[in-house]
Amino acid sequence: MSILIYTESEGGKLKKTAFELASYASAIATQQGSSVTAVAINANDAEELGNYGVHKVLTVSDDSLNNFSAKKYASIIQQTAEKESASLVIVGSGSNDKFLAPILSAKLNAALVPNVVELPESISPLKVKRTAFTNKAFAMTEVDTEKAIIALSKNSFGLKENSTAVTSESFSPSIPEDASSVTSTDKVSGKVAIADAEIVVSGGRGLKGPENWNLIENLAEVLGAATACSKPVSDMGWRPHSEHVGQTGKPVASNLYIAVGISGAIQHLAGVNSSKVKVVINNDADAPFFKAADYGIVGDAFEVVPKLTEKLKEFKANNA
Amino acid sequence: MKILVCISHVPDTTSKINFTDGDTKFDTNGVQFVINPNDEFGLTRAMWFKEKQGASVTIVNVGGPETEPTLRKALAIGADEAIRINATPTDGFFVAKELAKVVSEGNYDLVIAGRESIDYNGGMVPGMLATFTDANFVNMCIGLEIEGTSATAIREIDGGKETISTNLPLVVGCQKGIVEEKDLRIPNMRGIMMARKKQLTVLEPSTSESHTKIASFEKPAAKGAVKLVDKDNLDELISLLHNEAKVI
Ligand SMILES: Cc1cc2nc3c(=O)[nH]c(=O)nc-3n(C[C@H](O)[C@H](O)[C@H](O)COP(=O)(O)OP(=O)(O)OC[C@H]3O[C@@H](n4cnc5c(N)ncnc54)[C@H](O)[C@@H]3O)c2cc1C
Ligand SMILES: Nc1ncnc2c1ncn2[C@@H]1O[C@H](COP(=O)(O)O)[C@@H](O)[C@H]1O
Repeated sequence: MSILIYTESEGGKLKKTAFELASYASAIATQQGSSVTAVAINANDAEELGNYGVHKVLTVSDDSLNNFSAKKYASIIQQTAEKESASLVIVGSGSNDKFLAPILSAKLNAALVPNVVELPESISPLKVKRTAFTNKAFAMTEVDTEKAIIALSKNSFGLKENSTAVTSESFSPSIPEDASSVTSTDKVSGKVAIADAEIVVSGGRGLKGPENWNLIENLAEVLGAATACSKPVSDMGWRPHSEHVGQTGKPVASNLYIAVGISGAIQHLAGVNSSKVKVVINNDADAPFFKAADYGIVGDAFEVVPKLTEKLKEFKANNA
Repeated sequence: MKILVCISHVPDTTSKINFTDGDTKFDTNGVQFVINPNDEFGLTRAMWFKEKQGASVTIVNVGGPETEPTLRKALAIGADEAIRINATPTDGFFVAKELAKVVSEGNYDLVIAGRESIDYNGGMVPGMLATFTDANFVNMCIGLEIEGTSATAIREIDGGKETISTNLPLVVGCQKGIVEEKDLRIPNMRGIMMARKKQLTVLEPSTSESHTKIASFEKPAAKGAVKLVDKDNLDELISLLHNEAKVI
């Protein structure tokens, strides 16, 4: 059995999730006595994957691939999977992974198991645990096809260093035409994206209005965190929709999630529950979110958050 | 323009999730079913195309007879007709294969599906369907305009959005943003009366092939009690986050 991982990069550099996929694949390969190949598109640092157990990297470099195209990328991964006779392909859970994975599944006739959170329970047949009902449950999924694709949930496995001798090979796949093309990209620069964030600071209706969001932003800045919000906050236009997290918004799987003035409705919790550590700041001791939290402060956000921000600044300065 | 909107019938977001038959089946007891929220946004956008650009809107579901109230609700919102493929939706691959047949036979120009269904969160039906029918595909679609056979779609990406220029036939996996929450429609009496008379065609499935099955379900382990920290002792919180949780 050979394992292929698709490692995403941005601006020529691998994303952190690439190393998590490598760690995960390497753990499977060690159990199975097989090896891990990575395919990286327009990445200049792909050899670093050797630090996380990857044996071989196939690097694809082509300027026509600078803009993401799900169709082209899926075709490239398909070609590498066929070339390497990979029976298991592992991808991540970012928005580009979610765009290309179903296309790849249809092209390879390989079952796609999304939202995977653990190592497989068995390899043949492949049995692996994934989340379902937006984190309200897990489903042990059994695959009936020869080939399979696992889409690993972010932050579910972590990074495991494992230095390996890695060989690098450049690969020139045939690149299909794509009738779709990106005409403009609008990325907020200097801000951490929720999908990539280790820490997320989120605000709810308890903040009373958009003019108070400096509380959330200042706290996020000290922590190098992304900012997020509850659904009503984005529906009222206090914050952009891209910050809405929860069952019908973005999922959050950060190491630390700080919820300020959010009650903890079931739909909100479903989307943020897979964050490792949750801190809740709410002036109502009976707010349901306290039941789902690791740490809590019962208090007025307008008093607690600025103080916490100051104290964290001092802490950061002393621990730099 | 002929539009097909894929509707998945899912437990209401407030549902308590339980299982039966030795944790192998979802327990539907007491569960209220609704139109998948992402599909409701898509259906609303389809109604806009119908009203502003004269499109026809068909809705489709792969599911048993129990999904018909959900389909009637979508008809009451304003879809013209409904198709139900009479089968248990075993996995995303199976659903996409069945939908592909409907799309090819009906020559739809635009297929609107949701980014994911909130029950199994597969997020795979639209992408597979687009691939099986050789259509263009945009996922996480938060904006869509059509002119003739050209389409401009906005897609959410990690940390921003991008605009994509593409052509019909097109499949989109959409989410909130394609229309706003306030644009969602609640069926009125007239809509509900009219929906009763609209055509709902039931077709039998053409394949039985699926890629995966669920061996068992499990609920997350119960959470330990929250550690409350006094609001006047924030140093303690910082120390806990640093030394105990090791997240800062
Ligand atoms: C189909 C559907 C899907 C949904 N999807 C989502 C989703 O994806 N994400 C989501 O977030 N919601 C979702 N919701 C909405 C959800 O049900 C709740 O309405 C919402 O999460 C509440 O937002 P909130 O906590 O910001 O506001 P509220 O419930 O109004 O809570 C505000 C909180 O702030 C506290 N507070 C007030 N003043 C202060 C203060 N000075 N200091 C500290 N705390 C204070 C209050 O005690 C309260 O707990 C969905 C609902 C439906 C019906
Ligand atoms: N059984 C079904 N019948 C019709 N459409 C479906 C069905 N299941 C999923 N879909 C569509 O595909 C989208 C994504 O679903 P999924 O891939 O299951 O997460 C949904 O939002 C629907 O638009």
